[in-house]
Amino acid sequence: MPIVTRNGFAPVPPADFHPPEAAAALRAAAIDLPNDADPERLAPHFDRIALIRIPFPVFADGRGFSLARRLRDLGYRGRLRAAGHLIADQFRLALACGFDEVEIDDALAARQPEHLWRAETGPDPRARLRGRAAG
Amino acid sequence: MYRHDEFDQAFLRARIERFRDQVARRLSGALTEEEFRPLRLQNGVYLQLHAYMLRVAIPYGTLNSAQMRRLADIAERWDRGYGHFTTRQNIQFNWPRLQDIPDILEALAEVGMHAIQTSGNCVRNVTADHLAGAAADEIEDPRPTAELLRQWSTDHPEFAFLPRKFKIAVSGAPRDRAVTRAHDIGLRMIRDGVGQPGYEVSVGGGLGRTPVVGQVIRDFLPKAHLLPYVEAILRVYNLHGRRDNKHKARIKILMLERGIEALRAEVEAEFARQMAAEGGPAVIPDPAVVARIEAAFAPPPLVPATGPAEAYETARRSDPVFRAWTDTNVLPHRVPGHAIATVTLKAPGAAPGDATAEQMRVLADLARCFSHDELRVSHEQNIVLPHVRLDDLPAIHAVLRRHGLATANAGLIGDVIACPGLDYCALATARSIPIAQEIGRRFADPELQRAIGEMRIKISGCINACGHHHVGTIGILGLEKAGRENYQITLGGDHGENLTLGERAGPGFDAEEVVPAIERLIRAYLELRSGPEESFLAAYRRLGMAPFKAALYGATEGRHAA
Ligand code: SF4
Repeated sequence: MPIVTRNGFAPVPPADFHPPEAAAALRAAAIDLPNDADPERLAPHFDRIALIRIPFPVFADGRGFSLARRLRDLGYRGRLRAAGHLIADQFRLALACGFDEVEIDDALAARQPEHLWRAETGPDPRARLRGRAAG
Repeated sequence: MYRHDEFDQAFLRARIERFRDQVARRLSGALTEEEFRPLRLQNGVYLQLHAYMLRVAIPYGTLNSAQMRRLADIAERWDRGYGHFTTRQNIQFNWPRLQDIPDILEALAEVGMHAIQTSGNCVRNVTADHLAGAAADEIEDPRPTAELLRQWSTDHPEFAFLPRKFKIAVSGAPRDRAVTRAHDIGLRMIRDGVGQPGYEVSVGGGLGRTPVVGQVIRDFLPKAHLLPYVEAILRVYNLHGRRDNKHKARIKILMLERGIEALRAEVEAEFARQMAAEGGPAVIPDPAVVARIEAAFAPPPLVPATGPAEAYETARRSDPVFRAWTDTNVLPHRVPGHAIATVTLKAPGAAPGDATAEQMRVLADLARCFSHDELRVSHEQNIVLPHVRLDDLPAIHAVLRRHGLATANAGLIGDVIACPGLDYCALATARSIPIAQEIGRRFADPELQRAIGEMRIKISGCINACGHHHVGTIGILGLEKAGRENYQITLGGDHGENLTLGERAGPGFDAEEVVPAIERLIRAYLELRSGPEESFLAAYRRLGMAPFKAALYGATEGRHAA
């Protein structure tokens, strides 16, 4: 089971995942956040969380993208991981929404090998709207 | 009009290369068909009944002659010599081969066109009033807003996998020609008490299986807050829209299930969070960028006329055919001495919205010579020459006549809207084009059409309602009943600013009975109306369903009672 970051594939580092309710009692915690959870409830505990993992049950279910954006807007600075069925073409989208990494299974990794998981977005229309791109 | 700059060109090139690569990976098996599907849809590629279909965006319905000419080239080179203009300011090519599509996309990109997000569960091609920048009643041109939304929504990383498609329409005039209340988000440009420009925002509109008139979620949104507010609506929808049932996945269902008040509260809370986010909201555009977009839509240099339009008046006096055409197909322009001319793609017996390559080239030439190089595509599947001199109308009309494009029926019974239906569409339950053609033939007589007056017949080939039948004065919905095509009739729909859904008249009709039924309706209307100035819709509102129902079913009640 590889983990995909901007640097390519790597083995998944070991971690004990906890439900969001446990965050208050932990340090440097790893939290499994269901994709229908209210992230605002986690906000008071952000400084005790090192990693949040958001599931993608199927790649066409894009809730996780908005959940990631909301966590970042709320000020979460720790690591953010998408896990489950994401396809290589969604990697750049996940990064743009605030994810740092994607956890996929071996079958998908075999079908969509490392070189397909490209981080570069190309010209970004929203950066241009903010006046931060050429053109 | 807006022209693609270096950024847009670079973006399109990168996008086409990515799609080429995706097609190759589909063929190699790296992408499953299920995984490839949303990727091809977001590039405008559908799998239809007989072949792939490519849906090309005509953003806010505006295009220039070079673009129209390129559509003609594509129709000839990669299709069967024609294209189909849709009710959403797109053009569809029905017969391209999948392996040719990246090349077609390149041909489009050369003239600043694309097929991005014309399909799929994402923010679709943004539509706007087809008379933008020309209509006499306009408050403000809606196209800079539509272009801003186009740039914002293009390849938006957060909203590429929504629960369902998402449509936005913008109107800049009190007369709503963009059917804003039938969109997931409808924007109407207004001014507040002190004259500041902004929008009335409606949400949750849509036709389809569950037709819903959009409700106002914000009475007045200052212009500068547009993108964070729209982003807030989309985020709430992406997080909470239903994903368990595709028929309940549009934002209208979220609105109906939670109520507009609860939805408003969530959107406002999300909007407030974005405005308060560190470093400000992610999507407030740079004023210089907005100013550049607005400048791109500066009106063309029309010279206001000072005297009467002699050539125009003379032709009207001497040529009754020209006169009839100007009566129906020409609208007032905001600049004196000018007009807006509608070219209906609705000759008797024609498939509504279809144009041949030759007709597209004729329209391109007319736009270049007479309309400051601009054309528009309307949701009524017609083409508009938005900026013509009154005195040029006789020459324009003569050219249109030579090419079978001078049908004088804009807004009349022959101006039928119809979706592709069972002749092309994989979802269809009945044909719609042959019904439209039959109506065109039965009511071909221009005298009769004028006598009937304003009338919008809209036909859909299934419950998805791409032909907008719910908002037709007469709506026709093609269904399948016991293996036969069966057509339901609705009456009293209105696609204007008082968006009204039509009422179902009763049991459906077999294919060969539909047009006779329409004829009975029309005869009843002509007898019942208080005078020629009372339109069908007005008569229906005054009299209610009963007399029309009697006309439809009276004589043959027994046969339809089952
Ligand atoms: S209304 Fe139905 S038949 Fe017509 S184009 Fe839409 S999906 Fe196809």
